[in-house]
Amino acid sequence: MKEFENLGTLNINSIVYKTRLSNKFMSRKPYQKADQRIILSYIPGTVLDIMVREGQEVKKGEDLMILDAMKMQNKLKSAIDGTVKKIFVSRGNRVAKGTKLIEMK
Amino acid sequence: MAVNKKIRELHEKREKILMGGGEQAIEKQKAMGKRTARERIMALLDKDSFMEYDMFVEHDARDFDMDKKSLPSDGVIIGSGTIDGAPVAVFAQDFTVAGGSLGLMHSRKIAKIMDHALKMRIPLIGINDSGGARIQEGVNSLAGYGEIFFRNTISSGVIPQISVILGPCAGGAVYSPALMDFVFVVDNISKMFITGPEVIKTVLGEEISMEELGGARVHSEITGNAHFFAHSEDECFEQIKRLISFIPWNNSRKAMPLEPAEPDGDFDPEKIVPDDPTLPYDVKDVIRSIVDKSDFFEIMELYARNIVIGFGRLGGRTTGFVANQPLEMAGVLDVDSSDKAARFIRYCDAFNIPIVTLVDLPGYLPGVDQEHAGVIRHGAKVLYAYSEATVPKLTVILRKAYGGGYIAMSSRHLRADFVFAWPTAEIAVMGPEGAANIIFRKEIMSSDDPDGMRKKKVEEYKAKFANPYVAAAKGYVDAVIEPKETRRFLLHAIEVSENKNVQMPEKKHGLPPF
Repeated sequence: MKEFENLGTLNINSIVYKTRLSNKFMSRKPYQKADQRIILSYIPGTVLDIMVREGQEVKKGEDLMILDAMKMQNKLKSAIDGTVKKIFVSRGNRVAKGTKLIEMK
Repeated sequence: MAVNKKIRELHEKREKILMGGGEQAIEKQKAMGKRTARERIMALLDKDSFMEYDMFVEHDARDFDMDKKSLPSDGVIIGSGTIDGAPVAVFAQDFTVAGGSLGLMHSRKIAKIMDHALKMRIPLIGINDSGGARIQEGVNSLAGYGEIFFRNTISSGVIPQISVILGPCAGGAVYSPALMDFVFVVDNISKMFITGPEVIKTVLGEEISMEELGGARVHSEITGNAHFFAHSEDECFEQIKRLISFIPWNNSRKAMPLEPAEPDGDFDPEKIVPDDPTLPYDVKDVIRSIVDKSDFFEIMELYARNIVIGFGRLGGRTTGFVANQPLEMAGVLDVDSSDKAARFIRYCDAFNIPIVTLVDLPGYLPGVDQEHAGVIRHGAKVLYAYSEATVPKLTVILRKAYGGGYIAMSSRHLRADFVFAWPTAEIAVMGPEGAANIIFRKEIMSSDDPDGMRKKKVEEYKAKFANPYVAAAKGYVDAVIEPKETRRFLLHAIEVSENKNVQMPEKKHGLPPF
């Protein structure tokens, strides 16, 4: 039998197989449940306006920020009733996709 | 003599056109490691076999000073020739002429050679090297692409269509290769994308090079758009010639057989596959132990390596192989490997190539990413492709064949014509560990020594079900065979299936889960 290098293990239905693991499998992102208190940019763009201050109480559905992206002004709204804990960006900031914008509590 | 003079005039005209975009442009092309369009055709086809058509075609665009520009052959070479004696129709875009841009006459030439290939029922080879649409020609250039896509689709499954990306191929242009059967790419030369790095940077702020975005390696390893990866144009042409040797000229023929030959002695199937189903081996060695001269021509070698597809010969006749690869990701079926296998099965079915399926898989890959990427819909493609295929379908179960994976991999139930199993085969609803955990849950939980009890029950299950004989007793397996008998049984099966005739219910077309 041939010997093989770079073997890892993969568990399929309670059986552990010795095998090579693909780059795609190794670099997959573990699933995380969306945290409604953390507001991330869902698209790259520019922060056009911020309508809230730190410490401000907001209701579910209230506008927090306008993110200018793909020639559209996208209103980001709060998904919960809560308080603005921290704002991580300022007006005019260009943000990449997935940047943390606001944290609520 | 007037005739002599006219012949001389013809020679002069030809010579001028053969210079393409001129010396400077040719030098630039060479500096990029690229050949000119005509050189490529000469390198690919049999010596002196190429006959060029439409050399004198010129564009008649008037806007933006185009009326003052002469574009030799309108930037694309078309014609026909042979590869190892097999006739092929070819077009090659000439990057030295206006960047190989596609205008109305350029596209008409391509459409003409495509129509010709379809009418003559010969393979089409398209060499792409183009900056994209010829903007000066406006909507005529879009019309040109549309005419090409339509012909790609109509010809699909009738004649083999081979696309060779030897330069940029961007924007709408990528859809012609995507509609063709096989796409060849060369490292550092091929670039394919819908929107380029500049647009991506402007719109999304993401910075990426052309190579990282749509280079040869990306399309061979990540996107699955390319089927063959080469390091040079020469290697690429050798791959194309090899492919042509395996496939028929059209869907009413079979591939040209070669003289039958035995496999090399280097591959002993009994020594390749470990008995323990959790240990890896290279299933390509099993294929090499079966096929003539141990010559296996792999397709999509770098993409979804957990399944292996490609051509070999059995008794001189081209055969398509689909095999789980225990060496990579334990040989699981997942989104990408299902996609890869399904398309190949349909290719073989369209072109009268029998399919041999080698089975050794633990099942489907678990994971949120897989489920959310649509493993249901993609996995269904394999079931669909095997079920609808009417070419001879021969299955060899080497080791484990568990659950849905067993059904999908050309099982008797999807109308495999022959199903053979090695004595090491385990055909069961799931692996012994998982099955014992479910069936004997109560006994295991209530035992003073749950681990000991689990082990005992797993062994019990293994002894009873982890073998080929339960399936053989039901006739789901036709014969349990020794590994070294595999080639003999397959040769026999291929012979018996030579005139296989299955009638499917009449329909316009089915609805595979695209």
